[in-house]
Amino acid sequence: MTRWAMVADLRRCVGCQTCTASCRQANATPPEVQWRRVLDMEVGEYPAVKRAFVPVGCMHCDEPPCMHVCPSTATKKRADGIVTIDYDLCIGCSYCAVACPYQARYKTDRASFAYGIATPSEEQGFDPKRLAVATKCTFCVERIDAGLAKGLKPGIDPEATPACVNSCITQTLSFGDIEDPRSNVSQLLAENQTFRMHEELGTGPGFYYIWDKKDGEKT
Amino acid sequence: MSYGPKPWHQTNWDFRAAFNFMFGSAGAGLLVAAALSGASGNALRAEMLLGMALIGAGLVSVWFEIGRPLRAMNVGFNPFTSWMTRESYAAGLVFALGLAAAGFASQPLALAAAFAALVFAYCQGRILQAAKGIPAWRVPALIWLVLTTALAEGAGLFVALAAVFDAPARGALAYVSLALIARAFAWSIYRGGAAKIALRAALAVLDRSGKILIQFGTIAPLALLLAAWFAPDAARILVLLAGIAALATGWQFKFVLITRAAYNQGFALPHLPVRGTR
Repeated sequence: MTRWAMVADLRRCVGCQTCTASCRQANATPPEVQWRRVLDMEVGEYPAVKRAFVPVGCMHCDEPPCMHVCPSTATKKRADGIVTIDYDLCIGCSYCAVACPYQARYKTDRASFAYGIATPSEEQGFDPKRLAVATKCTFCVERIDAGLAKGLKPGIDPEATPACVNSCITQTLSFGDIEDPRSNVSQLLAENQTFRMHEELGTGPGFYYIWDKKDGEKT
Repeated sequence: MSYGPKPWHQTNWDFRAAFNFMFGSAGAGLLVAAALSGASGNALRAEMLLGMALIGAGLVSVWFEIGRPLRAMNVGFNPFTSWMTRESYAAGLVFALGLAAAGFASQPLALAAAFAALVFAYCQGRILQAAKGIPAWRVPALIWLVLTTALAEGAGLFVALAAVFDAPARGALAYVSLALIARAFAWSIYRGGAAKIALRAALAVLDRSGKILIQFGTIAPLALLLAAWFAPDAARILVLLAGIAALATGWQFKFVLITRAAYNQGFALPHLPVRGTR
């Protein structure tokens, strides 16, 4: 069985937002909609201040609250763990948006473009089906499916890998099958200490954050 | 430890969603009060129709909020896990039974409609409680607060209407008193639960609203009802004021809960990244 997941190494992220830009280009999201965001978080008081850049978005949960509350069954979870939205079924009630503890969902009521009029690239990517319904990160599911159909390996072959992962300049983001013990993400999880966001809520996010090496591997 | 960015207020549900919870619960509560009152004939008809009109107004209000109103029927596709779907089914049942009760002025049908209305109000509580992204909503005790608020609002509206036309029966006054006490009790339990998980900003807003709920929505109407007991000459106006207070304070609480206290979860890191020297 396959379970696609993403791993973000917080020690590596420099907050360049290339993943955000890449996602926006690949998925043609409108202004102010960022399916892949990078939070700039600070903690402490001067001079003992620490800073972390934290990529966030849809966590593709094992128990997605958005799916359970969705009255139209527009939100579904595939067998491989990817949470999807059927834009033809969604009624745009935003119940999923208030149910998501990760603020990963967006609803745009009317078409909007970065410079007022659609650029050729925006025109090409514009999808009226996405207006007035819920949208979110898809893990670039079309790339994954198309890649798999060609015999490629998501997370390894760029053509089958989410755009944000491909674009990451520091290799903060990794993508792969956590059910495969030999996969890149399984190895990262085995070698490092990780956490998942708001794990106490029982959503089982498919997005892991590396924060340190495992004790035995510290130098 | 606290990390930024700080949680912010949800922007997905506004006053239109709040109206659904305000009108829906008052309508449901009125149907329950009317059925339990033993009203008959045109009085029963009028109360059933008003209760359904309120529920309908709430649903129409939320219909104006959804992005794709022409697909509204899709709301019924997920009875297996979605409380919004179940709410829509309960509303359908309320209208079917309520219209039949009004048409035939039938008390048994009115009781059946009242039961469906209770289910409808319960579903509204579960809708909020299932919203895991909003800490102030996912408190389990909110379900009972929403339910008791519906009973109190409906009872308040019922006695207010009764007072306009005649001196309300003592049974009705006892019922509204019980509903008010139950609501205050549910608020107290909810507040205790919210203190554990809701944000400080949300708690501050809830406390202001809860204060109104207790002072003007519980103590004041109970005092007015007690005064009405001892002053029959002024009873109708006192009961009218008590009913309005019970209804209005419930509505203000729901409005605040949806549009002012609904801060999201925000983000939190249980560990900071370890870089360079340790």
